[in-house]
Amino acid sequence: MSVPDPDRVPEAVVQKKRRSLPLVWIVPLVAALIGAWLGVRAYLERGAMIEISFQTGDGLEAGKTKIKYKDVEVGVVQSVALADKGVGVVASAEIAKPAAYLLRDDTRFWVVRPRISGGSVSGLGTLLAGAYLALDPGKLEKERRKFVGLETPPVVTLDVPGTRYVLRADDLGSLDVAAPIYFRRVQVGQVVSFALDEDGRGVDVKIFIKAPYDQYVTANTRFWNASGFDVNIDTSGVRIDTQSVVSLLVGGIAFQTPEEPALPTRATENAAFRLYADRGSALKNPDYLSEDFVFVFHEPVRGLSVGSPVEFRGIEVGEVTGIFAEFDPVSNVFTSPVEARVYPERLRKHLRGGVLPHAAITDTRERIVFLIEHGLRAQLRTSNLLTGARYVALDVVSQAAGKVKVDASRRPLEVPTVGGGLPELEASINRIAAKIEKLPLESISADARQALQSLDRTLKSADQLVTRVDREVTPEARATLEGARRSLAAMEVTLANDAPLQLGLRATLDDMSRAADSLRALVDYLERHPESLIRGKRKDAP
Amino acid sequence: MTASPPDAVPRTAAEAGLMRCHACGRLHPAVAHGAPAHCERCGAPLHLRKRDDLARTWALVIAACILYVPANVLPVMVTQSVVGTQSDTIMSGVIYLWITGSWPLAALIFFASVMVPLLKIIALVVLAFSAQRRSTWAVQERTKLYRVVEFVGRWSMIDIFVVGVLAALVQFGALATIGAGPGAIAFGAVVVLTMLAAEAFDPRSLWDPVHDWGTAR
Repeated sequence: MSVPDPDRVPEAVVQKKRRSLPLVWIVPLVAALIGAWLGVRAYLERGAMIEISFQTGDGLEAGKTKIKYKDVEVGVVQSVALADKGVGVVASAEIAKPAAYLLRDDTRFWVVRPRISGGSVSGLGTLLAGAYLALDPGKLEKERRKFVGLETPPVVTLDVPGTRYVLRADDLGSLDVAAPIYFRRVQVGQVVSFALDEDGRGVDVKIFIKAPYDQYVTANTRFWNASGFDVNIDTSGVRIDTQSVVSLLVGGIAFQTPEEPALPTRATENAAFRLYADRGSALKNPDYLSEDFVFVFHEPVRGLSVGSPVEFRGIEVGEVTGIFAEFDPVSNVFTSPVEARVYPERLRKHLRGGVLPHAAITDTRERIVFLIEHGLRAQLRTSNLLTGARYVALDVVSQAAGKVKVDASRRPLEVPTVGGGLPELEASINRIAAKIEKLPLESISADARQALQSLDRTLKSADQLVTRVDREVTPEARATLEGARRSLAAMEVTLANDAPLQLGLRATLDDMSRAADSLRALVDYLERHPESLIRGKRKDAP
Repeated sequence: MTASPPDAVPRTAAEAGLMRCHACGRLHPAVAHGAPAHCERCGAPLHLRKRDDLARTWALVIAACILYVPANVLPVMVTQSVVGTQSDTIMSGVIYLWITGSWPLAALIFFASVMVPLLKIIALVVLAFSAQRRSTWAVQERTKLYRVVEFVGRWSMIDIFVVGVLAALVQFGALATIGAGPGAIAFGAVVVLTMLAAEAFDPRSLWDPVHDWGTAR
């Protein structure tokens, strides 16, 4: 080491040599530790990768679309890709590890978008934040990683306690998914889904009743379609029945359990019920027993239709199930057989004291045969004069008793008919009309015309007579009347109270009255003393 | 390395057996390389070359390399708003800008925040590696590279600066809140570490082999 000038350049202060490994290596060590920690944490917190397939990728965005459960983010969609052959899309998503237990075999996913349906608005938040995926965790033990997403959000999520039932309806009416279900006008459930029967003969409506309310659904609960409103017009006035405004718009179902003591057991999950069209028919007593009849009418059955009532003395006991026409080749006439179903229970309900006619006969059919033999007859009657609707009236006509032999083995049983009612009236009117038609109206009218002509002539001569009377008789009559008036005035003068004639007359009358008194005294005397006529008046006894 | 022919005119301070205080410029006679010494006048550490420059550079560069990964993977900015929480990494921001059509801005951010730190790390690795190998290849260019690295270093902090400003300004409670994510710390650490590494590296060591080679000749 060469130092140019030791005096001018001072020696440096020499220190002891330090550790060979510089302290600076702590920095990469710390960085490595941080990196390792991040890596390990990322590995440990690595979530479950799942795949969800949808029809469309509407609203799905890779890296952005969240997966939420109960509005808590549990994952993010990582990628959205077309499925094989373009049938839909597949969204791959990572579900955070703490939420991975939600991925069960029956877990459902759907896209939450703004939705306005009938009575509710949902998903408004997604207008700003964009769509997200919601999940409804399943309950099965088995886990799953590939799912098929729902296109519409499920009405009821699996975590809501309650019971599902199936309703069988003839048609859907105005019901829709999520239509409300009411019990005593409280909304207790919703329509979950609906589907046609396999044979297309009806609609199966799946419903969900929330937990505290499903205890009111028993085996004999009646469901009816509460869509829109029922208007009843009867003699007591107009009655409008509706459940709620929402059910007016989107339809709804109501149920009620008839207050019968029987069957208090709760209905089981997925139990099937019938969905009646309205409340009235739902709460009607069920008709367990039925008997089919045929009525062969010889008159036209206009006004009768399938469903027309069959009444027994005004009590509705059944309905018409079919109307046919039949040709009888023997008598060459058409008849109209009408088939009807009659529910004897309905009549039994109305029987006072519950005593059945001819109680010894236990079989309903035999009892009806008995009744027919004793005069049970069917008659077509008009129920509504405006529409001409008709019904089948059953009654026991005692005159007809024993006149018909009943073929008890025939099914359906034939009940003899009698004509009557309006058609009878029609027939008699027809007869009257026919008689009127037979009248010699033409000759009558000719005679009438002649009579009218002579009447005309008569009237004309009468008119001439009147004018002549007016012209010739009237002045004469006036003179006569004046003469008469003068006579009357004179008479008035003569008859006045103070007239001499009047006074003379009164005196004369007084004299006559006295003469009559004397005559009466004479007559009395003669009665007591008839001999005086001969002997003359005796002297009064002393 | 210390001695040069007495007849020759010394071309470097080291050849002249002198070293200069970085702080006050006072000349001192050189002590053995690596031996700790202090300036007699101002007390600043004296060294012929920066002490353990290669080791420090390597350590800091390696640390920067490690942290570069979380800096790009972890979110740098967390936006909480009414519509939800959104975490953005640097690359997601660049991709968003690119998709929405702001290509120049996307390119700028990509260059300043992704490429520059990466290139800086690569440059430092090249410098340290070549200095360790005592390479005499393109010494002038490598010195220029070092100057560029040292100059560019601080500009990479723009991202951190933006995040810091936003986090300070956007604090509207439930409406919107912006906070720095863990990636911001890692990113800042990368920038700081590369700056420190550039600081630790002694560019004079690039020229040592040249002079040794020149002396040997």
